[in-house]
Amino acid sequence: MDLYVHPEFEIVRSEKKCIACRACERQCANCAHGYDAASGSMESYDEKCVNCHRCVTLCPTKALKIVQTQHTFRPNANWSNDTIRELYLQANTGGVLLSSMGNPRPLPNYFDRILLNASQVTNPSIDPLREPMETRTYLGKKAIPLVRDANGRLTENLPPQITLTMPLMFSAMSYGSISYNAHASLARAATALGICYNTGEGGLHRDFYKYGPNTIVQVASGRFGIHGDYLMAGAAVEIKMGQGAKPGIGGHLPGKKNIGEVARTRMTPDGSDAISPAPHHDIYSIEDLRQLVYSLKEATGNTKPIIVKIAAVHNVAAIASGVARSGADIIAIDGFRGGTGAAPTRIRDNVGIPIELALASVDARLREEGIRDDISLVVGGSIRSSTDWIKAIALGADACYIATGALLALGCHLCRSCHIGLCNWGIATQRPDLVKRLNPEVGTEHLVNLVKAWQHELKEVMGGMGINSVEALRGNRLMLRGVGMTQEELDVLGIKHAGV
Amino acid sequence: MITTIDAAPQGQSMHFSALGEQLRTLAGQSVKIEHCLGQRYIAAGIKDIRVEIEGIPGNALGAYLGAGSSITVRGNAQDATGDTMSGGTITIHGSTGDAAGYGMRGGVILVEGNAGYRAGIHMKEYGETCPKLVIGGRAGDFLGEYQAGGIIVVLGLGNQAGAAPLGRFCGTGQHGGRMFIRGEVLPPELPAQVAVRKADAADRTLLQPLLAQFSAAFGADLAALESSPYFLLTPNSSNPYTDLYAIY
Repeated sequence: MDLYVHPEFEIVRSEKKCIACRACERQCANCAHGYDAASGSMESYDEKCVNCHRCVTLCPTKALKIVQTQHTFRPNANWSNDTIRELYLQANTGGVLLSSMGNPRPLPNYFDRILLNASQVTNPSIDPLREPMETRTYLGKKAIPLVRDANGRLTENLPPQITLTMPLMFSAMSYGSISYNAHASLARAATALGICYNTGEGGLHRDFYKYGPNTIVQVASGRFGIHGDYLMAGAAVEIKMGQGAKPGIGGHLPGKKNIGEVARTRMTPDGSDAISPAPHHDIYSIEDLRQLVYSLKEATGNTKPIIVKIAAVHNVAAIASGVARSGADIIAIDGFRGGTGAAPTRIRDNVGIPIELALASVDARLREEGIRDDISLVVGGSIRSSTDWIKAIALGADACYIATGALLALGCHLCRSCHIGLCNWGIATQRPDLVKRLNPEVGTEHLVNLVKAWQHELKEVMGGMGINSVEALRGNRLMLRGVGMTQEELDVLGIKHAGV
Repeated sequence: MITTIDAAPQGQSMHFSALGEQLRTLAGQSVKIEHCLGQRYIAAGIKDIRVEIEGIPGNALGAYLGAGSSITVRGNAQDATGDTMSGGTITIHGSTGDAAGYGMRGGVILVEGNAGYRAGIHMKEYGETCPKLVIGGRAGDFLGEYQAGGIIVVLGLGNQAGAAPLGRFCGTGQHGGRMFIRGEVLPPELPAQVAVRKADAADRTLLQPLLAQFSAAFGADLAALESSPYFLLTPNSSNPYTDLYAIY
């Protein structure tokens, strides 16, 4: 007999308000609601609830709420309820614990302990409603020798750049991990905003080639959906070496999700597992990485910047230095709080380092070595708000990647059940009846609203600092102060303590 | 008309980027590269080009090669030949290095001699697009690792009698595609994901056109190849890792 695991959530239904319309039953792909014809009343199955709030949101009489169960093991600060539950599950199944989205553990967040500066009296602030504020960003190699032609004119030899209206992009989420409508929303929003979204490693659906100028196409170890037209379709090509949620671990789209259009876009057999192991089996050194970088440059006729994405791990500064020397134009670093469509829980929750520290140490190392302008730096891994974004730029990032935030704008309620494939919000699922719940027009609008709001907040904060161009915010650590940090933490971040 | 490019004018090796730039302007045409001295990425991503190479091309020959292209090498090739190629043909009158046909998703690679480690790994197929890799001699370790589609053939010509024509760890993680291995000997241990049987007449209908292509390219004795026994290696399941996880 299996060890008993008590449900984590309880569905609370107000009998007074419930009209037994069965909307909750229809809406729940997890089948947590049922209808008892004999009594004419609704039933709940707590063990199936993932707390995604779909039923709560759509209940016409607001008769529902989901609460965390008060049933508990004997309180124990060392053996938490979650720890015991997970152990029982493993004892029952012998399986590797699988979960999704970003690390939920209460580990230190350095963004929350950094405060921003503003001008007072001597260096006047700027009103962004009245004054022009520049947020345009170019990503790519800037350090190039100046070459003059026979007439003494400078030749145009700047390597290819990504042009963004602001230093923000939607990070890689594959078609397969998320739905067609989610991709459509991201692609349209990126185009409307003048930024980029990222295909992830699942290829580019043929309907989305038209958004190419606002698309970053990804090349991962499994090489899904890659061909010459795909490489030429985007604004840049990203080589995925690692992911913040699962450093050292590859991707694995189960066969039951790799079906129909998803399999066609990945160019793999219908229903087969789509496996992309952590290592590229042809990359064992920076020299090997250089070979992949240059093969992509050659295959795209040197027209696309090449991004190399790595996870933030202990030696990230040394690794980034190597990546900068591999010929890559842009390095993307994903912190340990970054999301995922599925990752082993233990890896997600214990491997990698915070992006704040990784970013600061990489930026410092590249400057020390005099190669900072050889490469642009893009960071992601739980940029939750415009101020996380602003602090990242002031710590040295050229741009940020957001994904979890973008999914929230699409209606995600962060129930962290993407790996089950039954997303009731039509985002992390391939079931047609669920996918159509996400209206790409509404999704696009929400994404555009979110990013425009953040852009305005960026301008407000910059204006407050007396800065009118995001270029002048980049790496501007004088705009940052730490609170409640040790000297070592401050040293890694390269900032002073508040009050100093 | 054939355009001839001297890849080592005045005895100085041309940089790969200069060679690549020239080749990209010659799409749709026939090109002969003389004195090839290890230039990498030759014809990477180019569709509909015919390239003949005298000398030794460098790594990533024909990477992302497009449909309608053909590359013939009069010599050996180095690593990562045909990386992620999606169409066309690469014919090597010699041996090739490691990771030939990595992530290949269409087209044909014919190798007269041996292939190094990790040949044909991550090969993928979809619908009518089925990549094919034929190795005349011996293949190194990790042949067909993570193979998800396509056909790999190892003929073992000139291989030592009684020895398997491939190294260890063949087909680790294989979850699609097929490998034909000529002869009577396989490595002693194959991973659990790989199922082995003798190729029957129906299986051989897939194999025969590749043998004919190999024989036409290199003048091998087709009748002898056709009458040889072959092992067929296929995945035990297309979902090898389904039971690995505890979902909650």
